[in-house]
Amino acid sequence: MSSGMQDRLPPVDYIPRITAQYAGLGYGEYRWLASETQPAWTPLTKPLSECRLGFIATGGIYASGQTAFHFKDDTSYRAIPNSIATEELRATHFAYDLTDARKDINVVFPIEALKSMVEEKKIAELGPNSYTLMGGIYSTRRVIEDLIPSLVQRVLDDELDVVLLVPV
Amino acid sequence: MSSARDITRSAWPARSTYLDFPLGHTAGRPHMPELNRAIIRDTLSAFETLSVPGSMSHLSYRWDENDQWKDKVFAPAEKSVDSDHQKNKNNGYEDDRVARHDTPQYQTEADELAAFKSHGDEECEICIGIDF
Repeated sequence: MSSGMQDRLPPVDYIPRITAQYAGLGYGEYRWLASETQPAWTPLTKPLSECRLGFIATGGIYASGQTAFHFKDDTSYRAIPNSIATEELRATHFAYDLTDARKDINVVFPIEALKSMVEEKKIAELGPNSYTLMGGIYSTRRVIEDLIPSLVQRVLDDELDVVLLVPV
Repeated sequence: MSSARDITRSAWPARSTYLDFPLGHTAGRPHMPELNRAIIRDTLSAFETLSVPGSMSHLSYRWDENDQWKDKVFAPAEKSVDSDHQKNKNNGYEDDRVARHDTPQYQTEADELAAFKSHGDEECEICIGIDF
């Protein structure tokens, strides 16, 4: 083969690699969330083009003027008005390379692409806010008991039909 | 949306799309808005095309021609025989993670000032659940 695309390597398996790294560094084993049962299914009740879409992202994104996230099991979240200028958005995190996110926040927070989807009539509209959280939270219990119920209430209050989750 | 296929499979959400890009690029590359839009368009289509609970749609976009980035992800650094004791002590792994501060970590000093200006010592009204 002289040029062109070579065969693809398989997807990176992060769990064994990160487990090996932690073990190599002498840390205790991280307990990955492992769901045992097939997830519940909520069918769409109308075409996507008629749906109001919500957007929740991890990656430590905040808007200038808001308090930034911290790095020690931060289970808070930020409501970011979808009317905000993209230049006002920031990213702060301990566990991923922020270089490209700080060049263009859309790589982890695709708000401009989502607004284009409204123009293209792929979706009807966005909710009033997007919601951001830190991720990299060691306490699954706190996520399940504190953070997720708060976000679910936001989704209900905003009368969203579908929600796009964008983890880093 | 996910770029970590095995982690997302383990968590097992109702619907997901997988993009085979390095972490930190779940929605694409910087300053490539058409790519961002294509990824989002394909992802949103999965709301209508996926019909089996827990299924994952693989997007076809590729980071580069040879996938070399995959070899370096969370991999041990080259074993060194010189005086790099710390690295050898850690079985070849370098601890490249940032210290886990429990105070806000602003991207810029100006952000810290802006946050102070907008709510001072009062609670930030749109930052919910802050626990420090």
